[in-house]
Amino acid sequence: MSALLLALLVVPLVGAAVCGAMASREHLDRAGKAVGLGFSVVSLVLVAIVWSQFRTGPGTPRFQFALSVEWIPAFGTRFSLGLDGIALTMIALLAVLVPIVLGFGWAEKLPPGRTGSGFTALMLATQGVLVGVFAATDVFLFYVLFEAMLVPMYFLIGSFGGPRRQYAAVKFFLYSFLGGLIMLASVIGLFVASDARLGQGTFDWAALQGMAAQLPLSTQIPLFLGFFVAFAIKAPLVPLHTWLPDAGAEAPVAGGVILVGLLDKVGVFGFLRYTLPLFPAASRELAPLVLVLAVIGVLYGALLAAAQTDMKRFVAYTSIAHFGYIALGIFAFTSQSIAGSSLYMINHGISTAMLFLAVGLLIRRGGTASMTEYGGVGRAAPLLAGMFLIAGLSTLSLPGTNSFVSEFLVLVGAFPTRPVFTVIATVGIVFAALYVLWVYQRVFTGPLRGAAVVGDGPGAASAATMAGTDDGGGDGSWARRTTARFGDLTRGEIAVMTPLVALILVLGFFPGPVLEVLEPAVAATMAEVGATDPVTTNPAINGVPR
Amino acid sequence: MSLLGAAAPLPEVLPVEGASGAAWLLVALPALGALVLFVGGRRTDRWGHVLGVLTVVASFAVAVVLFVSSLALPAEERVRELALYEWFAVGALNVEFGLRIDPLSLTFALLITGVGSLIHIYSVGYMAHDPARRKFFAQLNMFVAAMLILVLGNGFVTLYLGWEGVGLASYLLIGFYTGRRSAGSAAKKAFLMNRVGDVGLALAIFLLFVELGTTQYAEVFARAGEISPGTLTAITLLLLLGACGKSGQFPLQAWLPDAMEGPTPVSALIHAATMVTAGVYLIARCNPLYDLAPVGQLVVTIIGAITLLIGAIIGCAYDDIKKVLAYSTVSQIGYMMLAVGLGPVGYAAALAHLLTHGFFKAGLFLGAGSVMHGMADETDMRRFGGLWRHMPVTFGTFTLGYLALIGFPFLSGFYTKDLIIEASLTAGPAAGWILGGAALLAAGLTAFYMTRLMLMTFFGPERWRDLHPRRIDAADLEDPPEHYHPHESAASMTVPMILLALGSAGAGAFLVGGERLAHYLEASIGPVVEPYDVPAVFYVGLVPYLATALMLVGAGVAYLVVGRRSVPVERPQRVSLPVRAARADLFANAINEKVIARPGIWLSRALVYLDNRGVDGAVNGTAALLGGTSGRLRRTQTGFVRSYALTILGGSVVLVAALLTVGGYGG
Repeated sequence: MSALLLALLVVPLVGAAVCGAMASREHLDRAGKAVGLGFSVVSLVLVAIVWSQFRTGPGTPRFQFALSVEWIPAFGTRFSLGLDGIALTMIALLAVLVPIVLGFGWAEKLPPGRTGSGFTALMLATQGVLVGVFAATDVFLFYVLFEAMLVPMYFLIGSFGGPRRQYAAVKFFLYSFLGGLIMLASVIGLFVASDARLGQGTFDWAALQGMAAQLPLSTQIPLFLGFFVAFAIKAPLVPLHTWLPDAGAEAPVAGGVILVGLLDKVGVFGFLRYTLPLFPAASRELAPLVLVLAVIGVLYGALLAAAQTDMKRFVAYTSIAHFGYIALGIFAFTSQSIAGSSLYMINHGISTAMLFLAVGLLIRRGGTASMTEYGGVGRAAPLLAGMFLIAGLSTLSLPGTNSFVSEFLVLVGAFPTRPVFTVIATVGIVFAALYVLWVYQRVFTGPLRGAAVVGDGPGAASAATMAGTDDGGGDGSWARRTTARFGDLTRGEIAVMTPLVALILVLGFFPGPVLEVLEPAVAATMAEVGATDPVTTNPAINGVPR
Repeated sequence: MSLLGAAAPLPEVLPVEGASGAAWLLVALPALGALVLFVGGRRTDRWGHVLGVLTVVASFAVAVVLFVSSLALPAEERVRELALYEWFAVGALNVEFGLRIDPLSLTFALLITGVGSLIHIYSVGYMAHDPARRKFFAQLNMFVAAMLILVLGNGFVTLYLGWEGVGLASYLLIGFYTGRRSAGSAAKKAFLMNRVGDVGLALAIFLLFVELGTTQYAEVFARAGEISPGTLTAITLLLLLGACGKSGQFPLQAWLPDAMEGPTPVSALIHAATMVTAGVYLIARCNPLYDLAPVGQLVVTIIGAITLLIGAIIGCAYDDIKKVLAYSTVSQIGYMMLAVGLGPVGYAAALAHLLTHGFFKAGLFLGAGSVMHGMADETDMRRFGGLWRHMPVTFGTFTLGYLALIGFPFLSGFYTKDLIIEASLTAGPAAGWILGGAALLAAGLTAFYMTRLMLMTFFGPERWRDLHPRRIDAADLEDPPEHYHPHESAASMTVPMILLALGSAGAGAFLVGGERLAHYLEASIGPVVEPYDVPAVFYVGLVPYLATALMLVGAGVAYLVVGRRSVPVERPQRVSLPVRAARADLFANAINEKVIARPGIWLSRALVYLDNRGVDGAVNGTAALLGGTSGRLRRTQTGFVRSYALTILGGSVVLVAALLTVGGYGG
């Protein structure tokens, strides 16, 4: 059983090593990409097996597939892995997205001197480390992997990214690293406290959970803050978010998918796995603070998303709004809201991946991420427009798409305990519709226009584009041309996008199997944070402020 | 006004039996049609429209079967549920996906699939020259499926699914002519204003969950009495906000006229007959809640009265045939809102008017589409005139719809509108005068703007003779001809128009006579209450005479103003203040623009500035400070290694400080 979990961790890392060895040989480029894709498919199969063996329902242990070997006995840290439902779904999302982004990257042009194998190696390395981050049940191991995951992502952005990639990569690294160091202080603090309380220092999650929950509030709060800052940077919550638009805009599209879709989820995952169970009193005490940041994020991210002209930055800001909803659900402490947030983590990964990839497919054609260079793309590439719209509808949480279920659960669950915050966050659904449909209108509807679509390429006549009017796109001399510079999706591109469309619809109507896997972890988290549902099936005890 | 119905016990909700178990086909058929056409893409271009029509006609057949088997049951056993599966469930929340088969939902299902079938058939001819006809049918099928989920769903969350689903279909179809920029703006506006309403609907659902721990109709309605009065008022007002968005009611009415950017069959089906009446459905469906919330009911009637006047006033000023009809729709739905707000005395009247309006307004839109089809897609009535000679079938069917709408004696609108006016007179001493007066006044205005429309379009000199068709659409149409050649449309278009015209003529008498509809609906909306049996501000028996007199006055004034003078082809600019106000939609758009859109854009720009300078600057500044040298982060070529080292140094300082602090508490 636990060998399976170890294999989940090792397979991508071995794949990364193999691809990495091929990275400097350009003639092995295709072979490297194929090998990498093969490893990612093996991971996917492994996850499917683990999923099928994962037990649900009441009475299941906190962590399944558990595994623990001695690592550094000197300070009681062990190499311990285990899965709960939340970790499993995140690892499954990872296993689904990596083959998709590798498939997307197959036809992607790389900066000079870079090879596809090198890129694939970094992707697989990120996958391997992330599996460890989600599966770690030793706090020190988690910390080490939390920092380690920065390294492949740093090189993904710094080596394969856009023109300002160095700036973005360093900014990304510094923000995350700084947060990690602050967390390290808390990790060590936990060790010290456990040494004092248990007579022996430990980093074991379960032992620390039992111990830390007993700590006085005055101790919990500083420890909480150490973890919280690291996770809030990662998630990211406003005002610690500014690295994300830069990193998202400069990262290669496939890297951006993993960055925004999964790597950032470590932040909210951390709230669920570490801050709530380890510091329940502090979590309850400081929840209003977090909720304020969450609701600010919902509106702030949405308003900024609406104002972006760079499509990749746009996607990054929509994510900031969505992380606000996730944080709201987590810190509202009801089983609906926490289950909603856990499901949201998966759904946001899917819809953002698809949105990012649709943007990437457009950039591949038009050569720029600037919205003002496009217009009427739906006439030249109706399938691409349709893909963007489906991703966008999922982003605005239209019922029938995956995101609706999670957003509804977050809001309906948060409303009983936090009505004011929930009402404000609900207003956010109007803004979500605004930013998605506005971008869709500017880029995809209307007559063919814009330098990247009908001109001589991006920027060729940006002056004329700037003079363009109401809803973006110019009416220069090329505007009368009826043919675009590019065509619709190829078969390969359709194959990359189709699984995401299927997931969006299937999870929109049948989220049951995923919720079932999440439920024991949600119930455990609720118990650990010491919260009970205000709304029960028994109306007599519905004690709700009227 | 609420106490009358409160005592009536709700019929028990029973599981479906026998052949009705196949009710899911009702939704599944059009959904399957949409799926095949969307996924099949161009491969289905040749036969896509046939599939689109067949699925909706088959769905109509299923609806008829269900209706007949429902009629066979005793009234108290007509409320049935078909459980399909558990959509999602966490803790106390259990959202079940199922269908509620009761007289109310079946009435709507018949309207949606019946009128939907006719409009699908009409569209085969209307869209024959459009290269994207298959896409059109895919989206129209999707609309029918979503609309059926909206009315058949057995809980508030399934309602919400259909509610936003029809919003998506409406969005896609308003923006169907992608070559027009205005279509994109109109589509987005419709979706956004609907979403404002959806916030209300969502919050109402949250409140219901908090109060009752469920969102399924059966339980919510049975336990409505447990909700405190204040909360119930809040719930009803939030539901009303949702209804206002979807039904184009004040203050969210401005999107509906813009929605006329879509193809005319869409205007007929979605923006006249079915989707825009969803708000009326919602309030009628929630009658157990509204009957306990008199304040909520009063606000519904006020919104209805305001809207029916706004719509009628603006309808008098427009020259675009579709926009006049659109404002007429706004106004007529205002009537329905007014009626559902009146409680048991008004429910049946509202639904009767909803059905007859579905017939005559759909028929009028199809007639307008037929006129446009023959007139190179022109919609400006100033460029029409004397068309009765050139399109006799269109003229005949349009005339029947016109007479039904203005309430000509013994046609549909006469019966159903009078019912609403009669009911409004029973609203109480002051409210009865105000609401009844508004409803009567608007009846006269309706006759005015519709007679004006008839005269400008079908009578008078043929003003189009000396004009050249305009190129309305830059990309979607072939080059227009040099001259207008008005002609009658093909049979696939005229037959649906004829059928709808027959409905416009006879439906009112059939439904209202013998209170057939009201009695059938009793299981869903409670027992029939006659306006004659309730105290009214004056004798309700006078209403038919008063309404007919006002109708004649309105039509007569229109004849004097339009029929006896020549209509200038160019729109006169020097007009009185009321006309200018009406032409400007009573400034609704200007207010939206000034109060919401502009400030929103400023705020958003200000935040971008703040985000780049303020937040990012502050954080970068702190990082640079930690790094020891300001500007290090920006000069990144050499920055990495040194920043790394300096950050570790800085971090270590924080670390040690933190350790010391925590160590102090740790023991």
